[in-house]
Amino acid sequence: MSSPAPAEKLTKKQLKADKPTWCPGCGDFSVLASFFNIVQKLEIPHEKIVCVSGIGCSSRFPYFVNAHGIHFIHGRALPLATGISLSRPDLHVFVFGGDGDGYSIGGNHLTHAARKNVNLSYVVMDNQVYGLTKNQTSPTTPLGHKSKTDPRGAIDRPINPMAQLVASGATFIARTHTTQIKHMNEMFERAILHPGFAVVETLSECSMFYPGAFDAGNPRKGGRFDLVDEEARNMESSAEAMSLAEEAEADFPGKFGVYLESQRPTKNDLEAAWINDERALVGETSDRDLMRQRFDAMR
Amino acid sequence: MPILLISMANPTASTVPDTLKNAVIRLAGYSQDGIQSVGAFLAQLAGSTASEVMTYMTIPATISGGASIFQVHLGSGEVLHPGDQADMLVAFYQDSYENHLHSLHDGGICIYDSDQVENIHEERGIVHIGVPFTSATIEALGGSAKNRGKNIFVLGLLCAIYELDREKMSNIIAKKFGGKSEGVLRNAMIAFDTGYAWPVQSIEHMPMAPGESKGKKRISADGNTMIALGLIAGGCRYGAAYPITPWTSIMELLRSEFPKYGGSFIQCEDELAAVCMAIGMSYSGHLAVTGSSGPGLALKSEALGYASMAEIPLVVVNVQRGGPSTGLPTSVEQSDMMQAIYGSHGDAPRVVLAPKSVKDCFYTAVRACQIAKEYSTPVIILSDQAIATRIEAFTEPDLEKWWVDYEFDQSEKGAEFKPYPLDKMTRHSPPGSPSTEGKYPVVTGLEHDEWGHPSGNPKNHAAMTAKRREKLVKLSHSLPAPSFHGDYEGDLLFVGWGSTYGPVKEATQALRDKGYKVGCMHIHNIHPLRAGLGDIFGRYRHVLVPEMNDSGVYGYGQLATLLRAKLCDPRIQSFNKTEGLSFRVIELVDEAEKILAV
Repeated sequence: MSSPAPAEKLTKKQLKADKPTWCPGCGDFSVLASFFNIVQKLEIPHEKIVCVSGIGCSSRFPYFVNAHGIHFIHGRALPLATGISLSRPDLHVFVFGGDGDGYSIGGNHLTHAARKNVNLSYVVMDNQVYGLTKNQTSPTTPLGHKSKTDPRGAIDRPINPMAQLVASGATFIARTHTTQIKHMNEMFERAILHPGFAVVETLSECSMFYPGAFDAGNPRKGGRFDLVDEEARNMESSAEAMSLAEEAEADFPGKFGVYLESQRPTKNDLEAAWINDERALVGETSDRDLMRQRFDAMR
Repeated sequence: MPILLISMANPTASTVPDTLKNAVIRLAGYSQDGIQSVGAFLAQLAGSTASEVMTYMTIPATISGGASIFQVHLGSGEVLHPGDQADMLVAFYQDSYENHLHSLHDGGICIYDSDQVENIHEERGIVHIGVPFTSATIEALGGSAKNRGKNIFVLGLLCAIYELDREKMSNIIAKKFGGKSEGVLRNAMIAFDTGYAWPVQSIEHMPMAPGESKGKKRISADGNTMIALGLIAGGCRYGAAYPITPWTSIMELLRSEFPKYGGSFIQCEDELAAVCMAIGMSYSGHLAVTGSSGPGLALKSEALGYASMAEIPLVVVNVQRGGPSTGLPTSVEQSDMMQAIYGSHGDAPRVVLAPKSVKDCFYTAVRACQIAKEYSTPVIILSDQAIATRIEAFTEPDLEKWWVDYEFDQSEKGAEFKPYPLDKMTRHSPPGSPSTEGKYPVVTGLEHDEWGHPSGNPKNHAAMTAKRREKLVKLSHSLPAPSFHGDYEGDLLFVGWGSTYGPVKEATQALRDKGYKVGCMHIHNIHPLRAGLGDIFGRYRHVLVPEMNDSGVYGYGQLATLLRAKLCDPRIQSFNKTEGLSFRVIELVDEAEKILAV
């Protein structure tokens, strides 16, 4: 979403709404703080912000932002947001959700919103567990991790979210960690400015049901926060992005940063071009007369 | 049409009338022969010559080809149904001949392709006329024609027999094929002229009477086309869907039409995405549409519950087909009524409207848009395969009366703004709308208070459930009266809905002609039902509800069940048909007489 119109600078106070209901220590607090930072920095007009979510802990996000928002049904935030984005190119559409919402029940929609390159920003708060329903296995739960639905440890191979995103055809794919605020800010800013479908996979710890899940990516807990070397690679190469994705799985946590950044016409542009062409043919004819012409052709 | 039947039963006798008022022609062949095009041409001609027309077709549920019929009922006066029995059968193959000879009434005429049909059954006084469709067309067009063009040859033949307007028909053909290569149009005209000039020996020409619907601007179309155009006239500019028969042609049309009006229609990855995308468009301040057929509506039902809870205006088209599951995907049934009214989770009120004819599809779609916005609710248009695919000719809708200007509200909302006031109709503040106080609403599927904040308060849930219900109660008091024909009291009242309108109305007249006092009421507003709807039921000895769905475990069809629940009237009886076919007039008359004899 490029060049937001200049507006009065928003304050954090104006952006805050309900007090977040997340558990103490939840990684999602940092995502909210980071979101406030970037929205302020980019001076997005207040009424043009739309926060969209499905169902899950992280999907409570819109209630905590004082902006137009819609809290939808489980797994369907992306098609809903697509409807908003395509019919309202003036808005800044932000989608928030978790790993269950985005990679499991809504998995099909991720692929299609990405391949269509719908202009929106999507933050996945991946905590590798179902939190709202209190500790069941999620599509990203690592093998062997115990949950209430896998008391002997998870036996189904988890999906590799980064590989999934690369395969989907998304044009901006990044990965960050909620303990690395500066990095998260940068990823969110670049995602928002990217024209087209931009997704940020955010490792966000569930302090209640999966504490320590992402310590491996937190230097303060003895982990490593290694960055993608953007200078050394072709950012448009999905083959390179895929090998980073494989590394992230094989040698967890792998690298953080932008995995892929490419340009392709957005669905919004393609639909708008069609509308413009048709409207040019219609010319000055009113909508009603257009229908009368249609009737004339049916005689 | 008894007069016609007698006259045509003896085509060589001196009783041949000067002109025919009605003609039912059944074309039977394979779908790749283009028999649908012949039927469509005849229907279009009827529309442009002030005649009435109704068509009926079967489409094989195969990928390409397969046995298929197209039946055209032409009439100079009112035509209410595609015809119980055919006056003329045009058989392209031996199997089409064998399978459809029964559709002719006694003494009807069968024209068959003498190159393909070898065994003729002389029965019931049927007049057989062999014409070599295949070889005559090949001869006229040259060796490369193969099977192409014989449909147009037959069209020429029919135009000559019924003395239809040759010049107008040539123009219709030219319009249809004009965009293609010159050779295609030339071949079509040659095939038409050859058929027109073909000497049919054993019958005299039977000229159709001039149409009686003169002086009005008339158009011809199928039901799906009129739903699509009605949505545009109703102010709908955005939508999303997934292809499914027989809904698909609506989305194809909207995909091309919406951009002309500044909007767009998006093809989605699945039914769930489609309804959700449409809700996103409506949430954004546009009125959006999604649609499907039975199985797809089932997939959409969770999101429908959301639209009901969050009070999102939304139009959902459901073109019913035979079910459940894949069922009879190209046949007609009315078995989705309960799904349309109740299909979701929780108490999720929505409005359900059912068009009764092709023309009515347009008005129903406009009304659906108006109600969706006025009551901030999902509205389901419950059409069916019969209306969706058949062609009728009718007076062009008056756009002075039936046009809703496209509206888009981005007004600033003040401190007093409440999206869900308990004492008023919900009006959303779409994104982009500024807020005086700087407070913005979150639309939610959680139960919420008047300001839209999530609330699990018991009294609040009861009050909000009532709010969502009461707006439908309010609507029920402002609905127009159902259409009514016949006697206002007496022996029997038919209560119909959807595409049964034509046969029910004609059966009513047939029974009155026999001396019974019969009325018929046709319900457009399926849910909510109009307040006071059943008040006149008491004036009849019997109330019969014919429906193309099953009588179920308790013996009543879906509308009958609803009416019995609402009115507790033991007079209400069901007459159900589950063959994937529309009611024939004779079936309705017979059933009514059976009841009246008791």
